[in-house]
Amino acid sequence: MSELDIFLSNFTIFVLAILSGFAVISKVPATLHTPLMSGANSIHGIVLVGSMFIAIAANEPIAYLVSFIAVAFATMNVVGGYVVTDRMLQMFRRKPAAPKAEKAEG
Amino acid sequence: MDLSFLEPLVYLAWLLGAVAFVLGLIRMNSPATARNGNLLSAGGMLVAVVATAILLLARPENAATAAGEAPEGFNAVGWIVIVAGIALGGGLGLYTARTVKMTAMPQLVSLFNAVGGGAAALIAIDDYLKFSGAGTVPGLQVNVATVLDIVIGSITFTGSLIASGKLMGLRITPSRPVMVPGGQLVTMALAAITVVAAAYLWIGNVSLPVMLVILAVALIFGCTMTLPIGGADMPVVISLLNSFTGTAVAMAGFVLGNPVLIIAGALVGASGAILTKLMADAMNRSVINIMVGGFGGGEGTQGAATGAFGSVRELGLDDAAIQLAYASSVIVVPGYGLAVAQAQHAVRELAELLEARGVDVKYAIHPVAGRMPGHMNVLLAEANIPYPQLREMEDINPEFDRCDVALVIGANDVTNPAARRPGSPVSGMPILDVDHAKNVIVIKRSMGRGYAGIDNELYTNLRTGMLFADAKQGLTDLVAAVKAL
Repeated sequence: MSELDIFLSNFTIFVLAILSGFAVISKVPATLHTPLMSGANSIHGIVLVGSMFIAIAANEPIAYLVSFIAVAFATMNVVGGYVVTDRMLQMFRRKPAAPKAEKAEG
Repeated sequence: MDLSFLEPLVYLAWLLGAVAFVLGLIRMNSPATARNGNLLSAGGMLVAVVATAILLLARPENAATAAGEAPEGFNAVGWIVIVAGIALGGGLGLYTARTVKMTAMPQLVSLFNAVGGGAAALIAIDDYLKFSGAGTVPGLQVNVATVLDIVIGSITFTGSLIASGKLMGLRITPSRPVMVPGGQLVTMALAAITVVAAAYLWIGNVSLPVMLVILAVALIFGCTMTLPIGGADMPVVISLLNSFTGTAVAMAGFVLGNPVLIIAGALVGASGAILTKLMADAMNRSVINIMVGGFGGGEGTQGAATGAFGSVRELGLDDAAIQLAYASSVIVVPGYGLAVAQAQHAVRELAELLEARGVDVKYAIHPVAGRMPGHMNVLLAEANIPYPQLREMEDINPEFDRCDVALVIGANDVTNPAARRPGSPVSGMPILDVDHAKNVIVIKRSMGRGYAGIDNELYTNLRTGMLFADAKQGLTDLVAAVKAL
């Protein structure tokens, strides 16, 4: 494939992914906006994959330094993002116990 | 052994990861499936990262850059960098995410956003260092993507750090709007420098100093863009910067020719943009309005309003306790003051006490209560308040007419009836119909104004009693008073 073909296929992916992004969000209730923002925030931690590529391609101190910071940053984004989102969502669980009012009356 | 089958497999693994991201976001539509959706998304991330590690281990030549440098065989130092970076970043991320208080969570999300944007910018910087080292001009697509990645990634890096600092209340980044000297002029000058420098590179020049100028200007721009915006608008700004980071990551995908970065980045860029608009809509603000800064300008409004402000009725602790204990229905209206005072556990204690006496207790959640849309739900859920009791604005507003007592805790602008009339800075903002309740109890530290900088007409309403106290202390005292009845 020529460079232009590769670009066109990447650009197609880009545009379709943007459309999926629009479609996915329009349905979310306001209650979940904060966890959702945090969840989307973890997804762009995928930049870790790119950071790993540049670390392996590195061959001089500056490139190693840059890729080290990039890998550390990206991992912090991924791990921290998912863990904090999970903590938020964990709190939405319904209580297993019966409603309090009934207990009080009984 | 022939390992040429590996590339297509890894590509499919990336695709699987991307599918998990999309399905994960869809599952985050409903509280019942949201947690599962987040785990699905995390699983997709794990698959994508492990597949990448296998590819780079078995076929390191895939890491060849557009500048034409290919690693020869096993790059031991590269792997040490990866393992050490993952250990450091993963450890920091895990520690901060697990130890942060739920009230401080928005600033942590902003911090994670900053480092994500930083990583995306570093990928482009690394790429450009290789081109400038080799003295070759990147092809136009890589060239454009590189510049955009550095610009957007750097803006989001410093912008998110400032936003995070503002929410933490650091002294160097005060929550109030900070006017940058020369404001608009500086912004325009920075934009002009970026455009000229980018055009210089795109027409076929390769120059590291010019790229460093672009980097520096973008880093400064991130600061000057965020500093003039007030703390209450930070949620919208963080969401916008989240969208920026997604776009920067997609650009990094173009730089590296990596489809999974393009898909995930574009997905977050688009979803973040929609989410930003939804958040701004809930506050009746336009995104542009917020980015330009200032909420109607605080100069003239404050002094004038005070004189016309009527008298308020102060309520004793015992009176408040009696009103609550003998009501048949109570609607709690939690606001920013409750979040700041960390009073979510105290409010649950009071509610349980009231429920034990047969009082029907519900919570009215304004879309922007707390510091972010949905933030209040998270705080109350943390205190084990049953999710079905949390009611959204449209749902609960008709019920205020039938409710005996509305207990307003640290909420201000979102209850101001002035919003129903034109001519006020809060005009048109959707509010909770607290003034329709038979009695209103407001727990508030002082008569201080809310973010809009205007007096709240609710406080001078004849049916309103003010209980001046810190939210947590006031609620604890109320619990004691109700118990003593």
